[in-house]
Amino acid sequence: MSHPADLNIDRIAELSRLALTPEEKARFSAQLGSVLGHIEQLAKVDVAGVEPTAHAFPLHNVWAIDVAQPGLAVADALRNAPSQRDNMIVVPKVVE
Amino acid sequence: MNYEAVIGLEVHIQIKTHSKVFTRVGAGYGHEPNTLTDPVVLALPGTLPVMNKAALDAIIKAGLLLGCEIAAVCKWDRKQYFYPDSPKNYQISQYDQPICIGGFVEIELPGSARNVMGEHKNIPLTRIHLEEDVGKLNHHVIDSLVDYNRAGTPLMEIVSDPAMHTAEEAFAYLTSIRNTMIYGGISDCDMEKGQLRCDANISIRPVGETKLGTKVELKNLNSISFVRDGIAHEIKRQLAVVAAGGKLIQETRDYDGQTGTSQSLRSKEMAHDYRYFPDPDLMPVHVDVAWKNSLRDTCPELPFDKQRRFLSEYAVPYTITSVLIPERKLGDFFEAAAKLAGPGRAQAVGNWIANDFLRELGAGKIALAAAKITPAHLAALVQLVDAGTLLNAAAKEVFAEMFATGEAPAAIVARLGLTASATDAGELETWCRDAIAANPKALTEFKAGKDSAINAFKGPIMKAAKGKANPKLVDEALRRLLASL
Repeated sequence: MSHPADLNIDRIAELSRLALTPEEKARFSAQLGSVLGHIEQLAKVDVAGVEPTAHAFPLHNVWAIDVAQPGLAVADALRNAPSQRDNMIVVPKVVE
Repeated sequence: MNYEAVIGLEVHIQIKTHSKVFTRVGAGYGHEPNTLTDPVVLALPGTLPVMNKAALDAIIKAGLLLGCEIAAVCKWDRKQYFYPDSPKNYQISQYDQPICIGGFVEIELPGSARNVMGEHKNIPLTRIHLEEDVGKLNHHVIDSLVDYNRAGTPLMEIVSDPAMHTAEEAFAYLTSIRNTMIYGGISDCDMEKGQLRCDANISIRPVGETKLGTKVELKNLNSISFVRDGIAHEIKRQLAVVAAGGKLIQETRDYDGQTGTSQSLRSKEMAHDYRYFPDPDLMPVHVDVAWKNSLRDTCPELPFDKQRRFLSEYAVPYTITSVLIPERKLGDFFEAAAKLAGPGRAQAVGNWIANDFLRELGAGKIALAAAKITPAHLAALVQLVDAGTLLNAAAKEVFAEMFATGEAPAAIVARLGLTASATDAGELETWCRDAIAANPKALTEFKAGKDSAINAFKGPIMKAAKGKANPKLVDEALRRLLASL
Protein backbone atom coordinates (compact mmCIF):
# COMPACT_ATOMS: atom_id res chain seq x y z
CA MET A 1 0.00 0.00 0.00
CA SER A 2 1.38 3.41 -0.89
CA HIS A 3 2.09 5.62 2.12
CA PRO A 4 0.48 9.02 2.66
CA ALA A 5 2.38 11.89 1.12
CA ASP A 6 2.96 13.73 4.40
CA LEU A 7 4.89 10.87 6.00
CA ASN A 8 8.34 12.42 6.56
CA ILE A 9 10.57 9.55 7.61
CA ASP A 10 13.60 11.83 8.11
CA ARG A 11 11.73 13.99 10.61
CA ILE A 12 10.31 10.97 12.43
CA ALA A 13 13.76 9.41 12.69
CA GLU A 14 15.18 12.70 14.00
CA LEU A 15 12.47 13.02 16.64
CA SER A 16 12.96 9.39 17.66
CA ARG A 17 16.73 9.92 17.89
CA LEU A 18 17.23 7.02 15.47
CA ALA A 19 20.02 6.97 12.89
CA LEU A 20 18.49 5.07 9.97
CA THR A 21 20.22 3.77 6.85
CA PRO A 22 18.62 4.53 3.49
CA GLU A 23 17.46 0.92 3.32
CA GLU A 24 15.85 1.16 6.77
CA LYS A 25 14.21 4.43 5.83
CA ALA A 26 12.65 2.82 2.80
CA ARG A 27 11.52 -0.21 4.79
CA PHE A 28 10.08 1.76 7.71
CA SER A 29 8.43 4.27 5.37
CA ALA A 30 6.57 1.43 3.74
CA GLN A 31 5.63 -0.13 7.09
CA LEU A 32 4.50 3.14 8.72
CA GLY A 33 2.72 4.07 5.52
CA SER A 34 0.81 0.86 5.62
CA VAL A 35 -0.24 1.49 9.24
CA LEU A 36 -1.37 5.02 8.37
CA GLY A 37 -3.16 3.75 5.30
CA HIS A 38 -5.00 1.27 7.47
CA ILE A 39 -6.07 4.02 9.84
CA GLU A 40 -7.14 6.21 6.93
CA GLN A 41 -9.97 3.82 6.26
CA LEU A 42 -11.71 5.68 9.09
CA ALA A 43 -11.98 8.68 6.80
CA LYS A 44 -14.53 6.74 4.76
CA VAL A 45 -17.01 6.60 7.65
CA ASP A 46 -19.91 9.00 7.25
CA VAL A 47 -19.94 11.12 10.41
CA ALA A 48 -22.33 13.81 9.23
CA GLY A 49 -24.56 14.79 12.13
CA VAL A 50 -22.41 13.04 14.75
CA GLU A 51 -21.21 15.29 17.55
CA PRO A 52 -17.41 15.09 18.05
CA THR A 53 -16.31 13.48 21.30
CA ALA A 54 -12.96 12.80 22.88
CA HIS A 55 -14.13 9.73 24.77
CA ALA A 56 -16.33 6.72 24.21
CA PHE A 57 -17.54 6.57 27.81
CA PRO A 58 -19.87 9.10 29.46
CA LEU A 59 -17.57 9.59 32.44
CA HIS A 60 -16.49 12.97 33.75
CA ASN A 61 -14.99 14.63 36.84
CA VAL A 62 -12.65 11.79 37.67
CA TRP A 63 -10.20 13.25 40.16
CA ALA A 64 -8.33 12.82 43.44
CA ILE A 65 -8.13 15.15 46.40
CA ASP A 66 -4.96 17.18 46.79
CA VAL A 67 -2.89 15.24 49.31
CA ALA A 68 0.81 14.87 48.57
CA GLN A 69 2.22 11.36 48.51
CA PRO A 70 5.87 10.32 48.59
CA GLY A 71 7.48 10.01 45.17
CA LEU A 72 10.47 8.19 43.81
CA ALA A 73 13.88 8.22 45.45
CA VAL A 74 16.33 10.24 43.36
CA ALA A 75 18.38 7.15 42.52
CA ASP A 76 15.27 5.40 41.20
CA ALA A 77 14.13 8.46 39.29
CA LEU A 78 17.48 8.65 37.51
CA ARG A 79 17.98 4.96 36.93
CA ASN A 80 17.10 5.12 33.23
CA ALA A 81 19.18 8.20 32.54
CA PRO A 82 22.06 7.45 30.14
CA SER A 83 24.08 10.12 31.90
CA GLN A 84 23.63 12.03 35.13
CA ARG A 85 25.37 14.68 37.19
CA ASP A 86 24.44 16.50 40.41
CA ASN A 87 21.29 14.35 40.64
CA MET A 88 20.11 15.66 37.30
CA ILE A 89 19.82 14.07 33.88
CA VAL A 90 22.47 15.20 31.44
CA VAL A 91 21.20 16.02 27.96
CA PRO A 92 22.95 17.53 24.95
CA LYS A 93 23.11 21.27 25.11
CA VAL A 94 19.77 22.63 23.95
CA VAL A 95 20.47 26.35 23.61
CA GLU A 96 23.41 28.15 22.05
CA MET B 1 2.97 58.34 9.87
CA ASN B 2 1.90 57.79 13.47
CA TYR B 3 2.10 54.28 14.82
CA GLU B 4 0.51 52.62 17.83
CA ALA B 5 1.71 49.52 19.62
CA VAL B 6 -0.58 46.55 20.26
CA ILE B 7 0.32 44.27 23.15
CA GLY B 8 -1.13 40.97 24.29
CA LEU B 9 0.23 39.10 27.29
CA GLU B 10 0.38 35.40 28.06
CA VAL B 11 0.79 35.04 31.79
CA HIS B 12 1.63 31.68 33.31
CA ILE B 13 0.87 31.28 37.00
CA GLN B 14 1.65 28.23 39.09
CA ILE B 15 -1.27 27.20 41.25
CA LYS B 16 -0.39 26.63 44.90
CA THR B 17 -1.34 22.99 45.54
CA HIS B 18 0.19 20.28 47.71
CA SER B 19 0.50 17.77 44.89
CA LYS B 20 0.92 17.96 41.14
CA VAL B 21 -1.88 18.50 38.68
CA PHE B 22 -2.15 14.95 37.31
CA THR B 23 -0.44 12.88 40.00
CA ARG B 24 -0.08 13.05 43.77
CA VAL B 25 3.64 13.45 44.32
CA GLY B 26 4.37 16.72 46.15
CA ALA B 27 4.74 20.02 44.31
CA GLY B 28 6.96 22.85 45.49
CA TYR B 29 9.91 25.14 44.93
CA GLY B 30 13.44 24.93 46.28
CA HIS B 31 13.71 21.16 46.77
CA GLU B 32 16.80 19.12 45.89
CA PRO B 33 16.81 18.22 42.17
CA ASN B 34 14.58 15.35 41.08
CA THR B 35 13.13 14.69 44.53
CA LEU B 36 9.56 15.52 43.42
CA THR B 37 9.05 12.88 40.76
CA ASP B 38 7.04 9.73 40.42
CA PRO B 39 6.30 7.35 37.53
CA VAL B 40 3.62 9.70 36.12
CA VAL B 41 5.92 12.74 36.17
CA LEU B 42 8.64 10.74 34.43
CA ALA B 43 6.13 9.29 31.94
CA LEU B 44 7.15 5.72 32.66
CA PRO B 45 5.22 3.19 30.59
CA GLY B 46 1.80 2.21 31.87
CA THR B 47 1.21 5.25 34.06
CA LEU B 48 -2.04 7.20 33.97
CA PRO B 49 -2.75 10.79 35.01
CA VAL B 50 -5.45 11.63 37.59
CA MET B 51 -6.71 15.19 37.95
CA ASN B 52 -6.12 17.23 41.08
CA LYS B 53 -9.46 18.59 42.35
CA ALA B 54 -7.78 21.50 44.17
CA ALA B 55 -6.15 22.73 40.95
CA LEU B 56 -9.55 22.77 39.25
CA ASP B 57 -11.09 24.63 42.20
CA ALA B 58 -8.28 27.18 42.04
CA ILE B 59 -8.57 27.93 38.33
CA ILE B 60 -12.36 28.22 38.51
CA LYS B 61 -11.93 30.65 41.41
CA ALA B 62 -9.36 32.58 39.38
CA GLY B 63 -11.86 32.75 36.52
CA LEU B 64 -14.61 34.00 38.83
CA LEU B 65 -12.30 36.68 40.26
CA LEU B 66 -11.54 37.89 36.74
CA GLY B 67 -15.14 37.84 35.53
CA CYS B 68 -14.73 34.90 33.15
CA GLU B 69 -17.45 32.64 31.94
CA ILE B 70 -16.77 29.18 33.37
CA ALA B 71 -17.26 26.54 30.68
CA ALA B 72 -19.90 23.95 31.50
CA VAL B 73 -17.67 21.33 29.87
CA CYS B 74 -13.95 21.40 29.24
CA LYS B 75 -11.43 18.76 28.25
CA TRP B 76 -7.73 17.98 28.08
CA ASP B 77 -5.49 17.91 25.05
CA ARG B 78 -1.98 16.78 24.33
CA LYS B 79 0.36 19.39 22.92
CA GLN B 80 3.14 17.48 21.21
CA TYR B 81 6.64 18.78 21.30
CA PHE B 82 10.07 17.34 21.72
CA TYR B 83 12.30 18.95 24.28
CA PRO B 84 14.08 17.48 27.30
CA ASP B 85 11.98 19.50 29.77
CA SER B 86 9.02 17.26 28.97
CA PRO B 87 9.54 13.55 29.64
CA LYS B 88 6.32 12.58 27.86
CA ASN B 89 7.11 14.46 24.65
CA TYR B 90 3.79 16.18 25.11
CA GLN B 91 2.30 18.58 27.58
CA ILE B 92 -1.23 18.11 28.89
CA SER B 93 -3.04 21.35 28.22
CA GLN B 94 -6.38 22.64 27.01
CA TYR B 95 -6.71 23.54 23.36
CA ASP B 96 -10.17 24.28 22.00
CA GLN B 97 -12.22 23.95 25.20
CA PRO B 98 -10.53 25.96 27.97
CA ILE B 99 -12.09 26.09 31.40
CA CYS B 100 -12.42 29.91 31.60
CA ILE B 101 -13.59 32.08 28.72
CA GLY B 102 -13.48 35.88 28.39
CA GLY B 103 -13.29 38.01 31.51
CA PHE B 104 -11.22 41.11 32.20
CA VAL B 105 -8.51 42.55 34.40
CA GLU B 106 -9.09 45.96 35.98
CA ILE B 107 -5.91 48.01 35.89
CA GLU B 108 -4.79 51.34 37.29
CA LEU B 109 -2.43 53.50 35.28
CA PRO B 110 0.04 55.82 37.02
CA GLY B 111 -1.61 59.00 38.34
CA SER B 112 -0.35 62.53 37.71
CA ALA B 113 1.44 62.36 41.07
CA ARG B 114 2.18 59.69 43.63
CA ASN B 115 -0.76 60.76 45.77
CA VAL B 116 -3.26 60.91 42.92
CA MET B 117 -5.24 57.89 41.77
CA GLY B 118 -4.59 57.09 38.13
CA GLU B 119 -7.03 56.19 35.39
CA HIS B 120 -8.70 52.77 35.68
CA LYS B 121 -9.63 50.58 32.74
CA ASN B 122 -10.53 46.99 32.00
CA ILE B 123 -8.28 44.84 29.82
CA PRO B 124 -10.33 42.06 28.19
CA LEU B 125 -9.18 38.45 28.46
CA THR B 126 -9.41 35.80 25.77
CA ARG B 127 -9.25 32.75 28.02
CA ILE B 128 -7.63 30.99 30.95
CA HIS B 129 -6.69 27.35 30.71
CA LEU B 130 -5.02 24.79 32.92
CA GLU B 131 -1.95 22.81 31.95
CA GLU B 132 1.05 21.14 33.49
CA ASP B 133 4.35 22.91 34.00
CA VAL B 134 7.47 21.36 32.50
CA GLY B 135 10.83 20.48 34.03
CA LYS B 136 13.66 22.94 34.46
CA LEU B 137 16.77 22.93 32.29
CA ASN B 138 20.03 24.18 33.69
CA HIS B 139 22.30 25.17 30.86
CA HIS B 140 26.03 24.59 31.10
CA VAL B 141 28.90 25.05 28.70
CA ILE B 142 28.72 21.74 26.90
CA ASP B 143 25.47 20.19 28.12
CA SER B 144 22.23 20.84 29.97
CA LEU B 145 20.98 19.29 33.21
CA VAL B 146 17.34 18.43 33.71
CA ASP B 147 15.43 18.69 36.99
CA TYR B 148 11.87 17.35 36.83
CA ASN B 149 10.71 18.75 40.18
CA ARG B 150 8.70 21.45 38.42
CA ALA B 151 7.25 19.08 35.81
CA GLY B 152 3.55 18.52 36.44
CA THR B 153 3.02 21.54 38.69
CA PRO B 154 -0.44 22.97 37.97
CA LEU B 155 0.00 25.96 35.72
CA MET B 156 -2.69 28.29 34.46
CA GLU B 157 -2.22 30.41 31.41
CA ILE B 158 -4.07 33.71 31.33
CA VAL B 159 -4.28 35.05 27.79
CA SER B 160 -5.25 38.67 27.23
CA ASP B 161 -6.76 40.08 24.09
CA PRO B 162 -4.29 42.17 22.08
CA ALA B 163 -5.74 45.18 23.85
CA MET B 164 -2.88 47.01 25.52
CA HIS B 165 -0.94 49.81 23.90
CA THR B 166 1.81 50.85 26.28
CA ALA B 167 4.41 49.25 28.50
CA GLU B 168 2.75 51.00 31.46
CA GLU B 169 -0.53 49.24 30.74
CA ALA B 170 1.23 45.87 30.61
CA PHE B 171 2.94 46.65 33.92
CA ALA B 172 -0.38 47.64 35.51
CA TYR B 173 -2.04 44.53 34.07
CA LEU B 174 0.54 42.18 35.58
CA THR B 175 0.46 44.00 38.90
CA SER B 176 -3.31 43.69 39.05
CA ILE B 177 -3.30 39.99 38.12
CA ARG B 178 -0.64 39.30 40.72
CA ASN B 179 -2.52 41.16 43.47
CA THR B 180 -5.75 39.40 42.56
CA MET B 181 -4.23 35.91 42.54
CA ILE B 182 -2.47 36.51 45.85
CA TYR B 183 -5.77 37.79 47.33
CA GLY B 184 -7.52 34.67 46.14
CA GLY B 185 -4.86 32.40 47.66
CA ILE B 186 -4.39 30.89 44.21
CA SER B 187 -0.67 31.51 43.90
CA ASP B 188 2.10 33.41 45.65
CA CYS B 189 3.09 34.79 42.22
CA ASP B 190 6.77 35.07 43.15
CA MET B 191 8.49 35.77 39.83
CA GLU B 192 11.90 34.89 41.25
CA LYS B 193 10.58 31.39 41.93
CA GLY B 194 8.98 31.17 38.51
CA GLN B 195 5.49 31.17 40.01
CA LEU B 196 4.48 33.94 37.63
CA ARG B 197 5.97 34.14 34.14
CA CYS B 198 5.09 36.39 31.27
CA ASP B 199 5.48 36.38 27.50
CA ALA B 200 4.47 39.43 25.52
CA ASN B 201 3.22 39.61 21.93
CA ILE B 202 4.01 43.00 20.51
CA SER B 203 3.29 44.59 17.16
CA ILE B 204 2.89 48.08 15.79
CA ARG B 205 0.46 49.46 13.22
CA PRO B 206 -0.44 52.83 11.77
CA VAL B 207 -2.96 54.63 13.98
CA GLY B 208 -6.42 53.94 12.60
CA GLU B 209 -5.47 50.56 11.15
CA THR B 210 -7.52 47.72 12.61
CA LYS B 211 -5.50 44.78 11.32
CA LEU B 212 -2.66 43.60 13.56
CA GLY B 213 0.90 44.10 12.40
CA THR B 214 3.65 41.47 12.37
CA LYS B 215 4.02 40.29 15.93
CA VAL B 216 7.16 39.67 17.90
CA GLU B 217 7.03 37.43 20.94
CA LEU B 218 9.17 38.61 23.81
CA LYS B 219 10.29 35.93 26.24
CA ASN B 220 12.16 35.64 29.52
CA LEU B 221 10.60 38.69 31.10
CA ASN B 222 11.37 37.57 34.63
CA SER B 223 10.33 40.54 36.72
CA ILE B 224 7.41 42.92 36.42
CA SER B 225 9.81 45.80 35.82
CA PHE B 226 11.57 43.83 33.09
CA VAL B 227 8.17 43.29 31.44
CA ARG B 228 7.67 47.04 31.33
CA ASP B 229 11.23 47.78 30.20
CA GLY B 230 11.29 44.92 27.69
CA ILE B 231 8.04 46.00 26.05
CA ALA B 232 9.09 49.65 25.92
CA HIS B 233 12.37 48.58 24.35
CA GLU B 234 10.65 46.33 21.80
CA ILE B 235 8.18 49.03 20.74
CA LYS B 236 11.08 51.42 20.21
CA ARG B 237 12.99 48.78 18.24
CA GLN B 238 10.03 48.09 15.95
CA LEU B 239 9.39 51.80 15.35
CA ALA B 240 13.07 52.23 14.46
CA VAL B 241 13.00 49.32 12.00
CA VAL B 242 9.96 50.77 10.24
CA ALA B 243 11.33 54.32 10.31
CA ALA B 244 14.49 53.08 8.59
CA GLY B 245 12.36 51.60 5.84
CA GLY B 246 12.86 48.03 7.08
CA LYS B 247 10.35 45.24 7.43
CA LEU B 248 9.51 43.47 10.68
CA ILE B 249 9.71 39.71 10.77
CA GLN B 250 7.68 37.41 12.98
CA GLU B 251 10.13 36.09 15.55
CA THR B 252 10.73 35.30 19.18
CA ARG B 253 13.11 37.61 20.98
CA ASP B 254 14.82 37.24 24.30
CA TYR B 255 14.96 40.33 26.50
CA ASP B 256 17.89 40.72 28.85
CA GLY B 257 16.78 42.94 31.71
CA GLN B 258 20.33 43.41 32.96
CA THR B 259 21.61 44.96 29.72
CA GLY B 260 18.28 46.29 28.42
CA THR B 261 18.81 44.61 25.04
CA SER B 262 17.04 41.87 23.13
CA GLN B 263 18.13 39.28 20.60
CA SER B 264 16.33 37.02 18.19
CA LEU B 265 15.83 33.46 19.43
CA ARG B 266 14.20 31.85 16.44
CA SER B 267 12.04 32.98 13.60
CA LYS B 268 8.52 31.66 13.46
CA GLU B 269 9.06 30.21 9.99
CA MET B 270 10.01 26.99 11.78
CA ALA B 271 6.75 27.28 13.71
CA HIS B 272 5.86 24.17 15.66
CA ASP B 273 2.98 22.05 14.66
CA TYR B 274 1.87 20.90 18.07
CA ARG B 275 -0.60 18.35 16.67
CA TYR B 276 -3.05 18.82 19.51
CA PHE B 277 -5.45 15.98 20.11
CA PRO B 278 -7.73 15.06 23.03
CA ASP B 279 -5.96 13.23 25.84
CA PRO B 280 -7.53 9.77 25.97
CA ASP B 281 -6.33 9.21 29.55
CA LEU B 282 -8.27 12.09 31.10
CA MET B 283 -12.02 12.49 31.26
CA PRO B 284 -13.68 15.86 30.62
CA VAL B 285 -14.62 18.21 33.44
CA HIS B 286 -18.22 19.28 33.91
CA VAL B 287 -18.73 22.37 36.07
CA ASP B 288 -22.24 22.83 37.43
CA VAL B 289 -23.79 25.86 39.11
CA ALA B 290 -23.49 24.40 42.61
CA TRP B 291 -19.73 23.88 42.23
CA LYS B 292 -19.30 27.37 40.81
CA ASN B 293 -21.33 28.93 43.60
CA SER B 294 -19.43 27.11 46.31
CA LEU B 295 -16.24 28.65 44.91
CA ARG B 296 -17.81 32.05 44.47
CA ASP B 297 -18.47 31.99 48.21
CA THR B 298 -14.72 31.71 48.82
CA CYS B 299 -13.84 34.68 46.57
CA PRO B 300 -12.42 37.65 48.49
CA GLU B 301 -13.25 41.28 47.77
CA LEU B 302 -11.04 42.32 44.85
CA PRO B 303 -8.12 44.65 45.61
CA PHE B 304 -9.50 47.65 43.70
CA ASP B 305 -12.96 47.20 45.24
CA LYS B 306 -11.37 47.14 48.68
CA GLN B 307 -9.39 50.27 47.86
CA ARG B 308 -12.50 52.15 46.75
CA ARG B 309 -14.24 51.06 49.95
CA PHE B 310 -11.34 52.18 52.16
CA LEU B 311 -11.36 55.56 50.44
CA SER B 312 -15.07 56.09 50.96
CA GLU B 313 -15.74 54.24 54.24
CA TYR B 314 -12.64 55.24 56.16
CA ALA B 315 -11.73 58.46 54.33
CA VAL B 316 -8.05 57.51 54.28
CA PRO B 317 -5.85 59.24 51.69
CA TYR B 318 -5.17 57.45 48.40
CA THR B 319 -1.45 57.17 49.18
CA ILE B 320 -2.21 55.21 52.32
CA THR B 321 -4.65 52.89 50.55
CA SER B 322 -2.12 52.14 47.84
CA VAL B 323 0.24 50.93 50.58
CA LEU B 324 -2.45 48.91 52.38
CA ILE B 325 -4.10 47.23 49.42
CA PRO B 326 -1.45 45.11 47.67
CA GLU B 327 -1.01 42.88 50.72
CA ARG B 328 -4.40 41.50 51.65
CA LYS B 329 -3.48 40.80 55.29
CA LEU B 330 -2.19 44.34 55.72
CA GLY B 331 -5.52 45.71 54.49
CA ASP B 332 -7.30 43.36 56.89
CA PHE B 333 -5.05 44.52 59.74
CA PHE B 334 -5.86 48.14 58.94
CA GLU B 335 -9.57 47.51 58.76
CA ALA B 336 -9.65 45.62 62.05
CA ALA B 337 -7.66 48.36 63.80
CA ALA B 338 -9.66 51.18 62.21
CA LYS B 339 -12.94 49.62 63.35
CA LEU B 340 -11.65 49.22 66.91
CA ALA B 341 -10.17 52.72 67.01
CA GLY B 342 -13.54 54.24 66.18
CA PRO B 343 -14.83 56.95 63.84
CA GLY B 344 -12.41 59.65 62.73
CA ARG B 345 -9.32 57.70 63.70
CA ALA B 346 -8.81 55.58 60.57
CA GLN B 347 -6.32 57.96 59.02
CA ALA B 348 -4.14 57.86 62.13
CA VAL B 349 -4.32 54.05 62.06
CA GLY B 350 -3.35 54.10 58.37
CA ASN B 351 -0.43 56.44 59.06
CA TRP B 352 0.94 54.23 61.80
CA ILE B 353 0.76 51.20 59.50
CA ALA B 354 2.11 52.85 56.36
CA ASN B 355 4.97 54.59 58.15
CA ASP B 356 6.03 53.05 61.45
CA PHE B 357 4.69 49.52 61.20
CA LEU B 358 5.97 48.76 57.71
CA ARG B 359 9.31 50.39 58.50
CA GLU B 360 9.79 48.21 61.57
CA LEU B 361 8.67 45.07 59.73
CA GLY B 362 11.08 45.86 56.91
CA ALA B 363 13.98 46.69 59.20
CA GLY B 364 13.56 43.47 61.16
CA LYS B 365 12.68 41.44 58.03
CA ILE B 366 9.59 40.25 59.89
CA ALA B 367 6.51 38.90 58.14
CA LEU B 368 3.23 40.58 58.99
CA ALA B 369 1.88 37.28 60.33
CA ALA B 370 4.78 37.11 62.80
CA ALA B 371 4.39 40.68 64.07
CA LYS B 372 3.62 41.06 67.77
CA ILE B 373 1.44 44.13 67.40
CA THR B 374 -2.27 43.36 67.16
CA PRO B 375 -4.95 45.56 65.56
CA ALA B 376 -6.41 46.06 69.06
CA HIS B 377 -3.10 47.40 70.39
CA LEU B 378 -2.68 49.80 67.49
CA ALA B 379 -6.26 51.00 67.92
CA ALA B 380 -5.64 51.57 71.63
CA LEU B 381 -2.49 53.56 70.87
CA VAL B 382 -4.35 55.80 68.44
CA GLN B 383 -7.06 56.37 71.06
CA LEU B 384 -4.49 57.32 73.72
CA VAL B 385 -2.96 59.92 71.39
CA ASP B 386 -6.37 61.19 70.36
CA ALA B 387 -7.47 61.58 73.98
CA GLY B 388 -4.37 63.63 74.70
CA THR B 389 -3.06 61.08 77.19
CA LEU B 390 -0.03 60.47 75.02
CA LEU B 391 2.04 63.02 73.09
CA ASN B 392 3.28 62.18 69.62
CA ALA B 393 6.91 61.78 70.58
CA ALA B 394 6.00 59.50 73.47
CA ALA B 395 3.62 57.55 71.22
CA LYS B 396 6.53 56.70 68.92
CA GLU B 397 8.35 55.30 71.92
CA VAL B 398 5.29 53.28 72.94
CA PHE B 399 4.95 51.97 69.39
CA ALA B 400 8.55 50.76 69.36
CA GLU B 401 7.93 48.95 72.66
CA MET B 402 4.69 47.45 71.38
CA PHE B 403 6.50 46.21 68.31
CA ALA B 404 9.28 44.66 70.35
CA THR B 405 7.24 43.13 73.17
CA GLY B 406 3.62 42.82 72.03
CA GLU B 407 2.49 44.53 75.25
CA ALA B 408 -0.69 46.60 75.30
CA PRO B 409 0.04 50.34 74.95
CA ALA B 410 -1.60 51.31 78.27
CA ALA B 411 0.73 48.92 80.11
CA ILE B 412 3.76 50.39 78.33
CA VAL B 413 2.67 53.95 79.07
CA ALA B 414 2.33 53.08 82.76
CA ARG B 415 5.60 51.15 82.90
CA LEU B 416 7.63 53.89 81.21
CA GLY B 417 5.76 56.78 82.85
CA LEU B 418 4.98 58.37 79.50
CA THR B 419 1.60 59.91 80.30
CA ALA B 420 1.50 63.49 79.07
CA SER B 421 2.17 65.64 82.09
CA ALA B 422 -1.17 66.52 83.52
CA THR B 423 -0.54 70.19 83.02
CA ASP B 424 -1.80 72.28 85.85
CA ALA B 425 -4.82 74.08 84.44
CA GLY B 426 -3.92 77.32 86.18
CA GLU B 427 -0.35 77.22 84.91
CA LEU B 428 -1.54 76.51 81.37
CA GLU B 429 -3.94 79.42 81.51
CA THR B 430 -1.15 81.74 82.64
CA TRP B 431 1.05 80.65 79.71
CA CYS B 432 -1.85 81.21 77.32
CA ARG B 433 -2.60 84.70 78.66
CA ASP B 434 1.10 85.63 78.46
CA ALA B 435 1.33 84.38 74.89
CA ILE B 436 -1.77 86.30 73.79
CA ALA B 437 -0.63 89.45 75.50
CA ALA B 438 2.76 89.22 73.82
CA ASN B 439 1.29 89.05 70.32
CA PRO B 440 -1.47 91.65 69.78
CA LYS B 441 -1.09 91.38 66.01
CA ALA B 442 -2.04 87.70 66.00
CA LEU B 443 -4.89 88.48 68.36
CA THR B 444 -6.29 91.09 65.95
CA GLU B 445 -5.96 88.71 63.03
CA PHE B 446 -7.66 85.90 64.91
CA LYS B 447 -10.50 88.17 65.94
CA ALA B 448 -10.82 89.24 62.30
CA GLY B 449 -11.50 85.61 61.42
CA LYS B 450 -8.09 84.27 60.50
CA ASP B 451 -8.22 80.96 62.36
CA SER B 452 -4.63 79.96 61.62
CA ALA B 453 -3.42 83.00 63.58
CA ILE B 454 -3.96 80.89 66.70
CA ASN B 455 -0.81 78.95 65.87
CA ALA B 456 1.32 82.00 66.55
CA PHE B 457 0.52 81.67 70.28
CA LYS B 458 1.36 78.00 70.52
CA GLY B 459 5.14 78.22 70.06
CA PRO B 460 5.73 80.40 73.15
CA ILE B 461 3.35 78.23 75.21
CA MET B 462 5.17 75.04 74.26
CA LYS B 463 8.43 76.75 75.08
CA ALA B 464 7.13 77.73 78.50
CA ALA B 465 5.91 74.17 79.02
CA LYS B 466 9.28 72.81 77.88
CA GLY B 467 7.48 70.83 75.17
CA LYS B 468 5.49 68.77 77.62
CA ALA B 469 2.11 70.40 77.16
CA ASN B 470 -0.62 68.46 75.45
CA PRO B 471 -1.25 70.26 72.13
CA LYS B 472 -4.89 69.43 72.21
CA LEU B 473 -5.40 70.95 75.68
CA VAL B 474 -3.36 74.00 74.65
CA ASP B 475 -5.59 74.53 71.66
CA GLU B 476 -8.72 74.17 73.76
CA ALA B 477 -7.47 76.55 76.46
CA LEU B 478 -6.43 79.15 73.86
CA ARG B 479 -9.78 79.07 72.11
CA ARG B 480 -11.64 79.39 75.38
CA LEU B 481 -9.59 82.43 76.35
CA LEU B 482 -9.72 84.04 72.91
CA ALA B 483 -13.48 83.67 72.82
CA SER B 484 -13.76 85.52 76.11
CA LEU B 485 -11.52 88.42 75.01
